[in-house]
Amino acid sequence: MMTDTLTETPTLVQPKAPLLRWRVITDHAVLIVGALFMLMPLVLVFTTASLPDAEIVKHGLQLRIGDQLDDNFTKAMFETSGFTDANSGLVMLKNSMILGVGFAVGKIVLGMMAAYALVYFRLRFALFAFWVIFTTLLLPLEVRILPSYEVIQGLGLMNTYTGLIVPLIASATATFFFRQFFRSVPEELVEAARIDGAGPLKFFIDILVPLSRTMIAAMFIIMFVYGWNQYLWPTMITTDEGMFTLVRGIKQITQVLEGTNLPEYGRANLLAIIAVLPPVAIVVFFQSWFVKGLTDSDK
Amino acid sequence: MASVILNNLKKTYPNGFQAVHGADFTIRDGEFIVLVGPSGCGKSTLLRMIAGLEDISEGTLSIDGQVVNTIDPADRDIAMVFQNYALYPHMSVAKNMAYGLKNRKISKAEIEKLVARAAQVLNLTEMLDRKPSQLSGGQRQRVAMGRAIVRNPKLFLFDEPLSNLDAKLRGQMRIEIRRLQRELGVTSVYVTHDQVEAMTMADRIVVLNGGRIEQIGTPAEIYHRPASTFVASFMGAPPMNLLAATAAENGAVSLGQDIQVAAGADLAAGRKVTFGLRPEDVALVAEGGIPFDVQIVEELGANRLLHGQVAAQPFTVSVPKDNPATTGRNQLLVRPETVHLFADGVGARI
Repeated sequence: MMTDTLTETPTLVQPKAPLLRWRVITDHAVLIVGALFMLMPLVLVFTTASLPDAEIVKHGLQLRIGDQLDDNFTKAMFETSGFTDANSGLVMLKNSMILGVGFAVGKIVLGMMAAYALVYFRLRFALFAFWVIFTTLLLPLEVRILPSYEVIQGLGLMNTYTGLIVPLIASATATFFFRQFFRSVPEELVEAARIDGAGPLKFFIDILVPLSRTMIAAMFIIMFVYGWNQYLWPTMITTDEGMFTLVRGIKQITQVLEGTNLPEYGRANLLAIIAVLPPVAIVVFFQSWFVKGLTDSDK
Repeated sequence: MASVILNNLKKTYPNGFQAVHGADFTIRDGEFIVLVGPSGCGKSTLLRMIAGLEDISEGTLSIDGQVVNTIDPADRDIAMVFQNYALYPHMSVAKNMAYGLKNRKISKAEIEKLVARAAQVLNLTEMLDRKPSQLSGGQRQRVAMGRAIVRNPKLFLFDEPLSNLDAKLRGQMRIEIRRLQRELGVTSVYVTHDQVEAMTMADRIVVLNGGRIEQIGTPAEIYHRPASTFVASFMGAPPMNLLAATAAENGAVSLGQDIQVAAGADLAAGRKVTFGLRPEDVALVAEGGIPFDVQIVEELGANRLLHGQVAAQPFTVSVPKDNPATTGRNQLLVRPETVHLFADGVGARI
């Protein structure tokens, strides 16, 4: 019996090889088409940013690289527009950065602390509290935008980073993910730490936070991109041009279709590229953490 | 190092389930006590009550003369080794061992000295910078031991520490833990469901069943004079044969069907009893014994197990490797001094 199966196996593998090659080709074809589909708009944005504005107005979008890239970059980053001359690309980049990082950090800190309380402490209404927090998932900022606006304005937080960030933080996503994660941490670890003399705060900082680092990285990516891409709320809450974020500011530039001015397509598209880069960089940078988190089962 | 006094300890859960029905015994200074029993017998609950991880519902617990019922686990001066080791995965071996000391505000130089010494005792010196994920099961087990001994506590608690290791390693670690405990002389409580571990490691064994203590005694006492049918069947592999029997005249018991065995018992004739006999306490004879119908022979190398029936009840005999063993009708010789008798129903030893 044993020798039979041993001699048979090689002949079985042989006919499968050409089939496998075809599969590789089709798989790659699908992937390439998908990648092109995702990338073409970005390529168009890039070529547009390199052509003179007049060209775009005359001929529309083109897949041709022009010579205006430098010019448009300088304009996009350092030249101001609007009425107060306060929203250069650099300023908007800074504002977007503050919103993205502030939102992600705030959300992670708040979510972790809330989840810690819910999972590790015998609170009488812990489950009820959790579900109340959970319902905020059904009420994103867009739904409660008027009352939120009212509150922020009442507190005098218009055109401040606090007003920009805090209302966005108030939702359950991070709390929910960290709660699920903490529940998967073995009970024995908590007990070992108790016997080792770690109080609640020490356990949180010495054990739980380091254990969650891949989770924190994952949350940071998601939250940073989410915060960075916010449009509606920044539009409502920032009227001061010095507080504009990139995503909100780009729109303003293409809108100046008045008098003999041409819309500054090149500049706007270059700003769009700049707006895309940080989230991409964050994902690329944290990707190694992501993979590590998936392969290194740490707990 | 300390003695531990359990004074009628009880544990009742909020849902009314009583996990421990009054544990009452004293652990002597330096003693190695093994709590053994099937799963759900309350042995882990009892250990966790000693550790302070589980509240005590009733009774008092004192360690080294001090009642510790309401004292925090960290302040009981105990160390615990967990089933899954519970090592901090993000800390190196050295940091794992040092964590308890660090929290107790011991100076850095002192910690380094203590960790180095513990690592040397456990052969972990080369692994101090590794993370737990880079260690084998046996090494992790040793780190967990290191975390316990580095603090030099009054009491070691072990919660089934070897159950995740393979059989060979388990045998080694058994000896290693026992040697270490002897050397350090630290009072220890060890929980296991494995009767071999209990027999080989314990100074005294506490056998638990359904939250009640069945028997406390040295391994030899437990083995040779089990207090109940439960202890008799739980301790020893293969377990003791237990047959329904009736007391007869002249200290004999009747196994039915006219099979009478001299048991050296002094019982009223006609009383129902449970007749117990260890598989290795019987010998096969050519004739004149009680009939034993063998159905299966298990070859174990050092000995053979013969499974069959005596008086229509299941019976197992273990014979040395040199004895011939065949299926079919055999004859058994029973020596009266090896017979254990238990009261019918309650199962207590007579």
